Amino acid sequence: MKDLSMHILDIVQNSITADAKRIEVEITENVSSDIYRIVISDDGKGMTADFVEKVTDPYVTSRTTRKVGLGLPLLKQNAERTGGNLAITSEVGKGTVVKAEFRFGNIDRLPLGDIAGTIVLLAAANLNIRFIYKHITEKDKYCFDTKEVNEMLEGMPISEPGVIRFLKEMIKENLQEINIAG
Amino acid sequence: MGQVKSLADLRKIKDDLRVKMSLRENSNNPESLVQIKVAMATCGIASGAKQVMDFFIEELEKRNIQAVVTQTGCMGYCFAEPTVEITLPGQAPVVYGYVDTKKADDIIEKYIKSGELVDGIIPVNYETIENNKEEK
Ligand SMILES: Nc1ncnc2c1ncn2[C@@H]1O[C@H](COP(=O)(O)OP(=O)(O)OP(=O)(O)O)[C@@H](O)[C@H]1O
Ligand SMILES: [Mg+2]
Repeated sequence: MKDLSMHILDIVQNSITADAKRIEVEITENVSSDIYRIVISDDGKGMTADFVEKVTDPYVTSRTTRKVGLGLPLLKQNAERTGGNLAITSEVGKGTVVKAEFRFGNIDRLPLGDIAGTIVLLAAANLNIRFIYKHITEKDKYCFDTKEVNEMLEGMPISEPGVIRFLKEMIKENLQEINIAG
Repeated sequence: MGQVKSLADLRKIKDDLRVKMSLRENSNNPESLVQIKVAMATCGIASGAKQVMDFFIEELEKRNIQAVVTQTGCMGYCFAEPTVEITLPGQAPVVYGYVDTKKADDIIEKYIKSGELVDGIIPVNYETIENNKEEK
């Protein structure tokens, strides 16, 4: 993966596959404690404790189309390379939380990439899922919630090209406002 | 530079968008639209599926083609990612492999606009894909 947004897209795809109806992505930047944290939580079907323990092993997957699952192992590898780690907690029937921590200043920490485009793409392609994206910096925080967007849109779908364009710009501008790192 | 955009601004542009939408004939009838599904599992994303999906969304609008662009998990053709499944109204789905923006452009111009097949079709037994999707 070239950037963190691609990892996020990938991990969120797991939540979608697990039938989640509410998916939250939270990014916290903390320069002073040298932490860059990404937490993705969903209310999907969850995993057993046993499965969670093995899931960062590429040979563990519930997929039927290929023998290995790569999403979580790759994220783990990229987090650990910076001196960070990956932690997964899950409960069957309740949901899953995937937490990746990177060392902020480590040269191996991937750049964030196109997070605005990623979040909007997910929202537009999965109209029945509520997406919440929070980004917290030392300056301030920004919160995007498709529930609020839909209230504003009064029945017009987020997938409408004009809406997609507007939301991408809105998120980008707001992230700039809170001085997010690249 | 103006003020930072907020959801309140979305309300303002909404009426404009609504007019544009109602000018399009088929927006209330998804069956009559082109359906595009981009495979978005790890292998697809790593090989550029997001750019391809962005390209379809942007270009179809520019070229005035009404379509529904969505994503799906793995379709089982990791070797040929990014893969895209195109369903023209009333026709069987066709899966294209190794789709970059150039190939996507070809698919729009030739296949979507005039039904002409483009190189790179993955021969599939469509039932198998459906089954895989259900299981995943
Ligand atoms: N949010 C989640 N909820 C429920 N199960 C999950 C979740 N995330 C991962 N899993 C389980 O863990 C397995 C491994 O996930 P991982 O992303 O590593 O690989 P994959 O999704 O199987 O394949 P790939 O990501 O390579 O396309 C999945 O097959 C699924 O069974
Ligand atoms: Mg995955």
